[in-house]
Amino acid sequence: MYEHDVIVVGAGGAGLRAAIAAHEAGADVAMVTKLHPVRSHTGAAEGGINAAIRDGDDWELHAYDTMKGSDYLGDAPAIETLAQDSPEDTITLEHWGMPFSREEDGTVSQRPFGGLSFPRTTYAGAETGHHLLHTMYEQVVKRGIQVYDEWYVMNLAVTDEPDPNDRSCHGVVAYDVQSGQIQGFKANDGVILATGGPGQAFDHTTNAVSCTGDGQAMAYRAGVPLEDMEFVQFHPTTLPSTGVLISEGVRGEGGILYNEDGERFMFEHGYANNDGELASRDVVSRAELTEVNEGRGVEDEYVNLDMRHLGEERIMDRLENILHLAEDFEGVDGLVEPMPVKPGQHYEMGGIETDENGATCVDGLYAAGECACVSVHGANRLGGNALPELIVFGKRAGRHAAGEELGAAEILTGYGDDVEDETDVGAPVEPGLAGIDETSPASGVAADGSGQTMASDAVLEQAVEAERTRVDHLMDTDDGVNHADIRSKLQRAMTDYVNVFRTEDGVKKALEIIRECREEYQRVGVSDPSRTFNTDLQMTYETRNLIDVAETIALGALVRNEFRGAHWRQENQIRDDENWLKHTMITWDDGAPSIWYRPVILEGEEKTYEPKVRSY
Amino acid sequence: MSTQQEQPTDADDAGTGQADDAADAGPSPQDRRMDKKADRRIERERAAGATDADAETVHLKVFRYDPEVEGKQEPRFDDFHVPFEKGMTVLDALIYARDEFDPSLTFRHSCRQAVCGSDAFFVNGRQRLGCQTQISDLDGPVRVEPLPHQDVVKDLVVDMEHFYEQMHAVEPYFQEEDLPDGDLEEQYQTRENREKVKMSTRCIWCGACMSSCNIAAGDNEYLGPAAINKAYRFAMDDREGEELKEHRLRIMEQEHGVWRCQTQFSCTEVCPKDIPLTEHIQELKREAVKKNLKFW
Repeated sequence: MYEHDVIVVGAGGAGLRAAIAAHEAGADVAMVTKLHPVRSHTGAAEGGINAAIRDGDDWELHAYDTMKGSDYLGDAPAIETLAQDSPEDTITLEHWGMPFSREEDGTVSQRPFGGLSFPRTTYAGAETGHHLLHTMYEQVVKRGIQVYDEWYVMNLAVTDEPDPNDRSCHGVVAYDVQSGQIQGFKANDGVILATGGPGQAFDHTTNAVSCTGDGQAMAYRAGVPLEDMEFVQFHPTTLPSTGVLISEGVRGEGGILYNEDGERFMFEHGYANNDGELASRDVVSRAELTEVNEGRGVEDEYVNLDMRHLGEERIMDRLENILHLAEDFEGVDGLVEPMPVKPGQHYEMGGIETDENGATCVDGLYAAGECACVSVHGANRLGGNALPELIVFGKRAGRHAAGEELGAAEILTGYGDDVEDETDVGAPVEPGLAGIDETSPASGVAADGSGQTMASDAVLEQAVEAERTRVDHLMDTDDGVNHADIRSKLQRAMTDYVNVFRTEDGVKKALEIIRECREEYQRVGVSDPSRTFNTDLQMTYETRNLIDVAETIALGALVRNEFRGAHWRQENQIRDDENWLKHTMITWDDGAPSIWYRPVILEGEEKTYEPKVRSY
Repeated sequence: MSTQQEQPTDADDAGTGQADDAADAGPSPQDRRMDKKADRRIERERAAGATDADAETVHLKVFRYDPEVEGKQEPRFDDFHVPFEKGMTVLDALIYARDEFDPSLTFRHSCRQAVCGSDAFFVNGRQRLGCQTQISDLDGPVRVEPLPHQDVVKDLVVDMEHFYEQMHAVEPYFQEEDLPDGDLEEQYQTRENREKVKMSTRCIWCGACMSSCNIAAGDNEYLGPAAINKAYRFAMDDREGEELKEHRLRIMEQEHGVWRCQTQFSCTEVCPKDIPLTEHIQELKREAVKKNLKFW
């Protein structure tokens, strides 16, 4: 067994920032990641970091833009924290040597991005995430922070009191991918989940194959609510054949979208008469698919993104990476022809419910970054707001877990008096557990009938044993179902039925297929007999996580019968503030998920944000 | 494992005497790559008809090894015949083979877009990223092996520990302590200086360069192209002061540092991010001399 004060799970932007912060606060911190830190998907972020650091801009404008972008489903305390902390936290990266693009006067460059009232997206070429990731990893090396790389976290060691609000987290169970050994990692002060998004629940995604929602699924099964999972961002400019992302920076610099008839449809068909291509991502994605659905798509599949008029010099200076991506992954030269693009799954706005200090309702369990939902992004994330979320809330979670005083949180977590129950989910099949899962949850109550809570070592040891049993079972299952078959079926269902445009019937169909996937997963088996680098085993674990997370996305999409931000429902194509200014919360409830709602907080520090019509 | 020592099949343009080329102000590697890309595109378009007609399946020959599985302890090659699709990469083909034919086929991969650096393999005798290599650009059968000069853990997975150790050995982090007052004050950097370090900051730690380097193969302590490039990235960044630069040059001129490089350009040839590694190493040599530092 390994033991540290703070264990950070995942080593992308949020995890690295959390680890540095916890270390600076004096904690013995270790990172456990299924990849090596520099392989994390933060490295694929292209656009930039929104931060109000220039004259003429201020954090309140950033907060306002973010609230509007969220379609009034972000919580004001979270949004204001993001906008207030981002300038200092962004400059900290500069102080750590991050190679930002520069202006003539030597200051860091900023550019316009969709939905922003000021060009505050601070960038490093079209590879901002790569530089952010490497810069922070360098600082982790400098500080000598322990990294367990290629260790896959299989489960959390959480007690199992009936009310999740009474539970506590004491560590994680992980397996060393290279050797196959399973070990407990005891966390004396806290576990911080920074495991990224669940993009692999979809067929066409910009996300890495590693983005399998592991942290979300583990927290969910441990009793933490998942919040607003139906809000999935579909990025409007991904390459059709692979889903590789073409940065919003292309449109920020002046790139134009055309349909097959050569019309600049964002204006000519009235989708966004003011901002055109730079409208919010959800608006542009729906516009593109509407063009395709109405017969004006190129090859009935995509639209064209043209940046040729920007000129080679500007493209090479600010968007060079885009040329390489378009050439390598679509065979298109962006200097001489337009690039084909279509919407692709990009970002999960929802996630593990936390407060603005990163804390969940389970004592000692934190989450930060894409896997978390504070909620900053509400129903739609603005471009350039993911990276500041990583550094701002990664840092806060790290400091809080290490015992620093950050002040009481205004955002509530866990099921409580302020919530409203959903009584009619209307799911066509039972969601949740299929069959008996004897290995979880880890029982945190002593089995001697005394009712005494177990010591943390015992909770961890029991969790380790449960995973050893599960692995033995998976390895011993002969002629089992291959996880890859289940995963691809799940991905197709989500992309077919829980995409940009959603209908009640379609979402129900998706839930039925998810149920089938669950039942097939009962017979899943690992055919690779080796303990050495067994990716078959790891992916079998990941597929289970994807099923659980996909189901919460579909359940949220089913109950929220309105059109808000990235979530569009055919049956009710209006934003329904009367009934839906509230977060969708889903709890696992030991295998029989339930849905409830928590009101959105629109009261900021000094003002209340009034929901307005969202036009661009 | 003995997958080493195969000569790159398409390294004709690597040639000799490139050290001289580098000193001239010829086209930058970036320009060269852009030109090559244009050529490749024309070639692809020309070949498109033929490819579609006769290449319905891709024949992969994949290196297999597992220290604990009977039948795999002796390295061997397995054949996979994967249905070809337009735009298919080596990584796509491997994923297909794994998911459809053999779930035990093991390789690292994550982002699929040449930024995570996980999937550097030895493909048809050359270090390449699986995700960045189009099947249509390769002659068949496509031979996929683990990176040479590194211990094989299993199948295409190599032990990266030594590579990481070398990266860590060059103090790969910004160290300037004389920062502007105030949390909101940035350091200034000229566009020219940012441009100067730009290519060096693109390294994705894939290890292709180190694997291609004959010197690294013979001298296990040689820092290698990637680590030296990392040192270059900081040594040339004006935000770090002169003292730090001298400190970094001192590390570079150690016995297993820049002077080991024999400018064979193999690292530059295989770098998937077009980093002019050899030129960076040469420049550090010149800087070390210029500083009039004593070297071993």
